[in-house]
Amino acid sequence: MRFLAAFRIAFRALLRNKLRAILTMLGVIFGVGAVITTVSLGDGARIMVQAQIATMGENVMLIFAGDFRRGGVSFGSGSSSTLTLEDLTAIRREVAGVRNASPEVRTSRQVIAGNLNTSTQIIGASTEYFTIRSWTLKDGDFFSEADINGATKVAVIGQTAAKALFEGGSAIGQVVRVSMGGGGGGGGGGGGNAGGSIPFTIIGELNAKGSSPGSSMDYDDCLIIPYTTVMKRMLNSTALRGINLQTESMEMMPAVAGALTNLLRQTHRITGARPDDFTIRTQEEMASVMNQTQETMRSLLGGVAVVSLLVGGIGIMNIMLVSVTERTREIGIRMALGARPRDVMAQFLIEAVALSCTGGFMGIVAGMVASKVLTQLNGWPTLTSPQTMLIAFICSAVVGIFFGFYPARKASKLDPIDALRYE
Amino acid sequence: MNDHAVISLQGIHKIYDTGEIKVHAVNNVSIEIQPGEFVAIMGASGSGKSTMMNVIGCLDRATSGNYLLDGVNVNDLDRDELADIRNEKIGFVFQGFNLLARTSALENVELPMLYARKRKRKDMGEKAVAALELVGLGNRADHTPNRLSGGQQQRVAIARALVNDPALILADEPTGNLDSKTSIEIMGVFQKLNDQGITIIMVTHELDIARYTRRNIVMRDGRIVTDIQVENRLHAEEELAKLNKAAEAINMLPS
Repeated sequence: MRFLAAFRIAFRALLRNKLRAILTMLGVIFGVGAVITTVSLGDGARIMVQAQIATMGENVMLIFAGDFRRGGVSFGSGSSSTLTLEDLTAIRREVAGVRNASPEVRTSRQVIAGNLNTSTQIIGASTEYFTIRSWTLKDGDFFSEADINGATKVAVIGQTAAKALFEGGSAIGQVVRVSMGGGGGGGGGGGGNAGGSIPFTIIGELNAKGSSPGSSMDYDDCLIIPYTTVMKRMLNSTALRGINLQTESMEMMPAVAGALTNLLRQTHRITGARPDDFTIRTQEEMASVMNQTQETMRSLLGGVAVVSLLVGGIGIMNIMLVSVTERTREIGIRMALGARPRDVMAQFLIEAVALSCTGGFMGIVAGMVASKVLTQLNGWPTLTSPQTMLIAFICSAVVGIFFGFYPARKASKLDPIDALRYE
Repeated sequence: MNDHAVISLQGIHKIYDTGEIKVHAVNNVSIEIQPGEFVAIMGASGSGKSTMMNVIGCLDRATSGNYLLDGVNVNDLDRDELADIRNEKIGFVFQGFNLLARTSALENVELPMLYARKRKRKDMGEKAVAALELVGLGNRADHTPNRLSGGQQQRVAIARALVNDPALILADEPTGNLDSKTSIEIMGVFQKLNDQGITIIMVTHELDIARYTRRNIVMRDGRIVTDIQVENRLHAEEELAKLNKAAEAINMLPS
């Protein structure tokens, strides 16, 4: 009751100088707004990473041909012919902790069904690929080991491609034609059938994974076919773009990565300080690369938040000092009527906190709006959780207490006689 | 020494040390004030009466001497304890009214209860209304000070002084900012309260105002020079009646 009454008195005092109060709160509003936006961005990014990891599959590790980091200089990623099926065999034989492994070759091609066509990713893989990447079937079947051995012309189609080619109708059993004019990315040349096309029978339709949030990559825009078919009938090459691995557990990843590096360097005869001709990536690493933009934005906003809160706090201190001077007589009256120094102190401290908390509340609203705007404009995922709001609110309260302390103390130290005589 | 005295000052000195010169504002003052007294402390400016007031009001501490307020030795209390004493035992009435602006009469009166240590908050509103009714302002409870006349503001201040049932009311030039008729009305309020047994100490430099009290103490150069019971005490009601009669007489004059 007493506390509530104190807050009521504080708010009334603030309402007397509305403009002044709002101007004073601006710093806190910006600061808390920035805190909210920063944390919302961070949480959004974290959720996105989790979603990406879930979409990619569990405990996934990728080996790419060529050196990613030096890509474009001497090795084009995936385009160098350094990874082969022999490597895959060696990995299966010698590296412990690998549960599943699948080669991966890719090429971008024009695909035609009836009078509809679309440009999509052709992914050549083994049967284990579906397990590694957590693909599930909506309809039909995955291809089998027999399809791999026979390099048959069957395909499992992703949702985006299926929609583009069959417009909602069933894809199972349908025949699509894949053009032989390579759409890039493939390498290795087109082979004898260049200019023509190969018919593929769709045997399975995949459930949608959705596009990866925050990037333009659409997992569902694909046609997955046996890697043998791609290598023999389309690319006419033995080079792999990469190898997909699934380790037995999360904890084994570093050990597996180490063993892989040793093995591949040995088989590729890379010695001493010469760089790897392959790149090993875990899904977490890949996700974090995608989030670097957000990281930069976050540290920037974090800096803005700290500076704004500091400036806002100084603003509050300044205005509270003015307020104490203006109300010296009121302080004198209250003291004469029996207010203890700590009562006076509490009054001004509560007023400072009311000021910063109101600013904090407005800042939370501003931050939520800013987060929504960022999502709308840049497509960055944001998530404003109740915990974030609570933290922001506590931040503003702490600013109020910290910067309100000195003026409140000054008020409490006034001598009642002098204060009463103050004009 | 009387145990029942509301105020007992024994050899009070107050010396202001400004560095170069020492000002002996109160010099060896000893007085006793009994319950139910109505005392005017008088004197020219610089006579030490305001300092006396501050000491009696526990706003300031004496340099030396003993001060017993309602049986409590005030000398060695700290700031917090002095605040509590002011809250519980003293009701202040100031020359400039000193009401909180933009705060209703009722809330102004409630103020001392807000700072009371042991209190029943439930009846805060009721007690404040009762105090306002006692000074004849029951129907102005929601008015802010700027909507009240000087006399009404001083009545609110008196209600505020009464609300914690203090041992004494301490009034510092309570009529200093009021015209003569309103001054008499305020003295009427004090007389009524005094008749109910409330102890009042008042600082004033107006002789005719002092004649409404029961005892006059005159100070000069920090010492008490006169301490007498008031003879031919004025009664506010009678004086107001006389004033009204005079006003009527003026109105009846042919213009």
